[in-house]
Amino acid sequence: MSERGRLLLFVAGAAGFAALLLWGLAGLPAFGDYRGPYGDVINASAVAQRHLTNMASAINFDYRGFDTLGEEYILFTAVTGLALLLREIRSEIEEAPRDASPNRDASDRSDALRWFGLMLAGFTNLFGLYVVIHAHLTPGGGFQGGAILGTACLLVYLAIGYRAFRTVSPKVLMDFADATGAGGYALIGLGTLLAGGAFLQNMLPLGQTGDLLSAGTVPVINLVVGLEVSGGFILMFAEFLKETRKPSREKDA
Amino acid sequence: MIALQAMAFLLVAAGGTAVALTRDPTRQVLVLALYGLLLSVLFVLLQAPDVALSELAVGSAALPLILLVALAKVRGREHE
Repeated sequence: MSERGRLLLFVAGAAGFAALLLWGLAGLPAFGDYRGPYGDVINASAVAQRHLTNMASAINFDYRGFDTLGEEYILFTAVTGLALLLREIRSEIEEAPRDASPNRDASDRSDALRWFGLMLAGFTNLFGLYVVIHAHLTPGGGFQGGAILGTACLLVYLAIGYRAFRTVSPKVLMDFADATGAGGYALIGLGTLLAGGAFLQNMLPLGQTGDLLSAGTVPVINLVVGLEVSGGFILMFAEFLKETRKPSREKDA
Repeated sequence: MIALQAMAFLLVAAGGTAVALTRDPTRQVLVLALYGLLLSVLFVLLQAPDVALSELAVGSAALPLILLVALAKVRGREHE
């Protein structure tokens, strides 16, 4: 197709798309006009029922905790699949990979950059832990906190290098965190079944609203989700970063 | 607040257009990371701070890293 023909086709398609989009936009409720009944019900009742102040966590980890279990396993399955796809094949050597890119050596980074990066990694780590632990009180939760913890380790990679990244997040520990986190969520559900309740029913003492130890199972579930997500993110980073490196010696086979 | 939200919407629209119009993949990744940052600002202004946190960690750190690594891998193969 000629340049002109393609342009004509694009203009016709874009005009049709714009017309449909504007038509749809004209029928939308006004900006900020909320018409769903459930949000208002949750806002009105969750604090009294569950003793927590983060309504998103009330839905994700309590009223609809079962859905979130499925969501957590999406990430777990994705990371497992990634590890399987990028695994070391027997003819490849995992030990002591050398950096394949010339300008990514630790010695190239200035002291200022290294110290600043490490400092930032520390604060980011602390913030990630805060977000995980305060899931039932303030915005965020296990997913967000776990992702932040993952980026804290990434900062170590950017500031120092691959070896330091692997030292602060050893593979064995991250495998353990990923698996324990994923399994822990299901085990909490099984525990509530054994205790005579429904699957993932909030059966722990609810405590005082606003306390760190309150809202029953919500902070416990967020703790295991934080483990799973941080472990999963770091394993994912490690698998990808490993791909930029070459084995120190090629095997003959 | 409305003015801030309108500004954030416009910035996101401009950012998305910039991502689409950037031709060099490596630059595009950096523009995409910036776009993730703009999106998380928008989410904060729309009072969804938890979504903003996810977007910040995933959109402007994790996703760009994965794309950069993939690009480095492809480039490395081309040079061999």
